[in-house]
Amino acid sequence: MIERHRHILDFTLASLLRRKGKNGALLLVYTLVVFVLASVLFFSHALQREAALVLKDAPEIIVQRTMAGRYHPVPMAWLAGIKEINGVISVRPRLWGYHYDPLLRANYTLSVPAGNQPQPGTIDIGAGISRTRGAHPGDIIAFAGHDGLPRSFAVRAVLSYESQLLTSDLILLSEQDYRDFSGIPGDQATDLALQVRNPKEFRTIAQKITRIHPDSRPILRSEILRTYDAVFSWRSGLLIVIFSAAALAFAIFAFDKATALSAEERREIGILKAIGWETSDIMLMKFWEGTVVSLTAFLVGIILAYVHVFFASSSLFTPVLKGWSTLYPAFRPTPYLDFGQISTLFLLTVVPYTVTTMVPSWRAAVIDPDEVMR
Amino acid sequence: MVGALALTCAGLVLHASSEARNARGALARNASLVRRLALTDLCLCTEANYTRHLSMADLSAPFQDSPLSLEHFPSGALVEPPVHLLEKNP
Repeated sequence: MIERHRHILDFTLASLLRRKGKNGALLLVYTLVVFVLASVLFFSHALQREAALVLKDAPEIIVQRTMAGRYHPVPMAWLAGIKEINGVISVRPRLWGYHYDPLLRANYTLSVPAGNQPQPGTIDIGAGISRTRGAHPGDIIAFAGHDGLPRSFAVRAVLSYESQLLTSDLILLSEQDYRDFSGIPGDQATDLALQVRNPKEFRTIAQKITRIHPDSRPILRSEILRTYDAVFSWRSGLLIVIFSAAALAFAIFAFDKATALSAEERREIGILKAIGWETSDIMLMKFWEGTVVSLTAFLVGIILAYVHVFFASSSLFTPVLKGWSTLYPAFRPTPYLDFGQISTLFLLTVVPYTVTTMVPSWRAAVIDPDEVMR
Repeated sequence: MVGALALTCAGLVLHASSEARNARGALARNASLVRRLALTDLCLCTEANYTRHLSMADLSAPFQDSPLSLEHFPSGALVEPPVHLLEKNP
């Protein structure tokens, strides 16, 4: 039995090699389809996992304020009322915002840390800013503040390279410098970060805050985590285009295979039947042919996608993620292989292709050899 | 050839598990940074505030300039809006 399979497989490989051009092109496109799909899967899953692991310590509840659908600073007077809600351990005003650097056309995130604030006149910068501006500890950087007047800051430290996925565009500065730079008055904060004793109370506390301040907008930590869990869902704009293109390319393959065999292939089947091959032998040969092509394309596609995402920092996706921004974190996601996803990819690519190659072969194999060869 | 490819894939699985082990320290340090700086988002796309701080985005984000100003940042077409926005406002 095994010998029979081995001989048929040998014959199949020789037959595939005889049609190098056609099968090579088929293998190339098939591999590309698997490569694109696997790259998207690897990249999105690695990021989702990384986000889940690092953002698990994000603030329990963030309270923002909106006015006519736009963000508005939160009055510090809110603190006392929110602190009195049962279950709230602490309320900390957060001061953060953005700054557009016209010199490099880059957006920075300015933030005031709760502890270990830089001395007034000094800042800590993310590795992305350090790289883009060529700034290092001890260097002086000047930015124009809200009133158009420049403020100079000495770089105290560059945030670690390994934290780029969080801090690439971050500038940490003192509260005094932030208020002076942004013009936000002393009795206001950007938003509030709450610490809550019991995770089960998050939603109740959020509801109480909305009752006290109807213009508030509480965001729970679970909502932050779920945002990144679904960040590259298949429905999001560009991914659906990629998936549709891949699915269409694959459908064309399958249709081409399912509807027509080349005259040469039909003649080959006729000759094999004439020299004594059974229909089952031909079906077995076609099964092995489909398996060899699809398995090779699948494995090569997976390997290339792994190299692309985890060794080459997803260089093909970077221009899309980067968009018009100048700052982009140079990071390599930690490899994470989700076997469920790989199995789904296998079932959606290898199995349909293998099956579709057998349908036309069966149709050719059951016809009289004389008719096929004619 | 398929055998060699399958072996390479097995090698990649081993590589992935070894890298994941080595990255534990860095991930723990990043989680501690998130706690210390009260961060809420990954720095993935810095071109627009609603993709830089994705979880803080709201439903008016694409219409910031006028009601007919549709999404015009490439990253806005790539990432999914926060799930809680979709749920509360079906």
